Amino acid sequence: MKIVVCVKHVPDATAKRSFDAADHTVDRAGVDGLLSELDEYAVEEALTIAAAGDGDGEVVVLTVGPEQALDAARKSLQMGAHAAVHVVDDAVHGSDAFGTSLVLAKAVEKIGSDTPVDIVLCGMASTDGAMGVVPAMLAERLGLPQVTFAAEVTIDGTKVTARRDGDVATETVEATMPLVLSVTDQINEPRYPSFKGIMAAKKKTVETWSLADLGVDPSEVGLAAAWTSVQEVAARPPRSHGEVVTDDGDGGRQLVEYLAGQKLI
Amino acid sequence: MGPDATSPLNLVDLDSLLDDEERAIRDTVRELGVDRLRPHITEWFEAGTVPARDLAKQFGELGLLGMHLNGYGCAGTSVVAYGMACHELEAVDSGVRSLVSVQGSLAMFAIHRFGSEQHKEHWLPRMAAGDAIGCFGLTEADAGSDPSSMRTSARRLGAGDDADWIIDGSKLWITNGTVADVAVVWARTGDGVRGFVVPTDTPGFTAREIGHKLSLRASVTAELVLDGVRLPADAMLPAARGLGGPLSCLNEARLGIVFGALGAARDSLETAIAYAGERQVFDKPLSGYQLTQAKLADMTAELGTGMLLAVHLGRLKEAGSLAPAQVSLGKLNNVRAALKIARECRTILGASGITAEYAPLRHANNLESVLTYEGTTEVHQLVVGQALTGQSAFR
Repeated sequence: MKIVVCVKHVPDATAKRSFDAADHTVDRAGVDGLLSELDEYAVEEALTIAAAGDGDGEVVVLTVGPEQALDAARKSLQMGAHAAVHVVDDAVHGSDAFGTSLVLAKAVEKIGSDTPVDIVLCGMASTDGAMGVVPAMLAERLGLPQVTFAAEVTIDGTKVTARRDGDVATETVEATMPLVLSVTDQINEPRYPSFKGIMAAKKKTVETWSLADLGVDPSEVGLAAAWTSVQEVAARPPRSHGEVVTDDGDGGRQLVEYLAGQKLI
Repeated sequence: MGPDATSPLNLVDLDSLLDDEERAIRDTVRELGVDRLRPHITEWFEAGTVPARDLAKQFGELGLLGMHLNGYGCAGTSVVAYGMACHELEAVDSGVRSLVSVQGSLAMFAIHRFGSEQHKEHWLPRMAAGDAIGCFGLTEADAGSDPSSMRTSARRLGAGDDADWIIDGSKLWITNGTVADVAVVWARTGDGVRGFVVPTDTPGFTAREIGHKLSLRASVTAELVLDGVRLPADAMLPAARGLGGPLSCLNEARLGIVFGALGAARDSLETAIAYAGERQVFDKPLSGYQLTQAKLADMTAELGTGMLLAVHLGRLKEAGSLAPAQVSLGKLNNVRAALKIARECRTILGASGITAEYAPLRHANNLESVLTYEGTTEVHQLVVGQALTGQSAFR
């Protein structure tokens, strides 16, 4: 069993995040980043699947991004992934979901060139872009079945059964490997990297590939090739103070009027 | 999760003194604290207990227990990584850090350093995994700073080295005592003070929890009673002879405290900075007043210099050149500084600071114990004094 987990390095949501003044892309250099929290569920699920059965499954973690994106791969290795691939190329900067899915697809194909990949696992969305479309695009590019937003996964041989929780119904979906699978934050509880895992991660293989290594034409990716462009960014105005109601004996009435005015009651 | 951008320790750029592995371990312990310890700590403190077994299992999975020891299922991290783990645990509560100190640096270290191969193989992997809990019995009701006056004794039941041992006596202020599976007990013998590995289910061994504590409430503290406890000859730790054995264990744990106590101080200071920024006094935030800023600046200087000392001592230990008097210097300075910081932070919190909602007073209460255990302030002053003058002023 060979599993590729696609992970993203995202700006720490608790830090001050900003956009580049020149091209309006997310400033990734000036802020602490980390493994996207939603991707931790994908790593955990991959490790669980790989450890089941005869336990000889291999988990390769794949990330695309600038130099510091390696931290996301490193965290996955500390959690227990066996090897990592980091695609780093200046031309990738500003890629949208189309460009990103192209790079990921080519990288997955290259990872599978020696032994084939059985499952490509993704989180449900990134915590910065939050598009949630890359897994589907990736499946399309790879010509593989897609099972997305899985809240529970069971594996039986090459058959994968997933539970998808919708707003009004729960679906059970089956697919056969190889496939692309994305999982939600309901599927498991990601492990903390153990200290032994942290120490072992240093010795694990990390491959660094460029777009040329993947045979991707730089003009197909990056900001210039993106289907949308950000015209303007502005900081959200500071939250204004709420309306103060002074109780001169009719406080209750004023509150009710306010709530009714907001159509809250 | 990285360090908070406003963390006072960023002013001394503590991160630059840690390697990637140490930062990753520090961050992991911090994350565990946020997810699994902080949501419950007030409840544990108020209840005066801690789910030690459950915590030991979780800590064991992470690799926290005996983390700086090598082999036998231990993670084998650097000394500074161990220190930073203690720092993060104590940023939650000194009681939780005490559980880990006693397990790793006292009980496991004693077995690792002084035990037979059989002791190590039998106990260490289970203790590292958190499946077995250990405690360490040195202090007695009337033998604290002067362990040589201990009354607990071990005698042979018959002649020769194969004869069983009988241990009689009692030990007081024993962290993890009532939850332990194994106790490392130090007792007087015809051959000086020796250490014994005592399974706590041995007949004659009892542990009684000490209640009504005003400090270290999120910790299990006990009295051990050994009434004719009979042990096989091989229960004795072969490589420890005299008080040097237990004292070297204490030095091991003290280094964790040098880092740990300032975790409680850091948490207090972060709490105070956040509170001062939100609390409006007259017409501006409390943090905008010079008196508040003077307090914050002084505390940040104490915290930062103390952490630099801690990391420096940790590196000396890794290099194998750390002297006991240097550990005493660190414990003396850093615990005292931590207690002062925690109390000062409480003043910034005003009346709110006396409730369990804010950590500083809980930390200060805990640090009163930390000031006393593992060598009191006064004992460490005497150790440093002796190193400076060549004169022993202990008695």
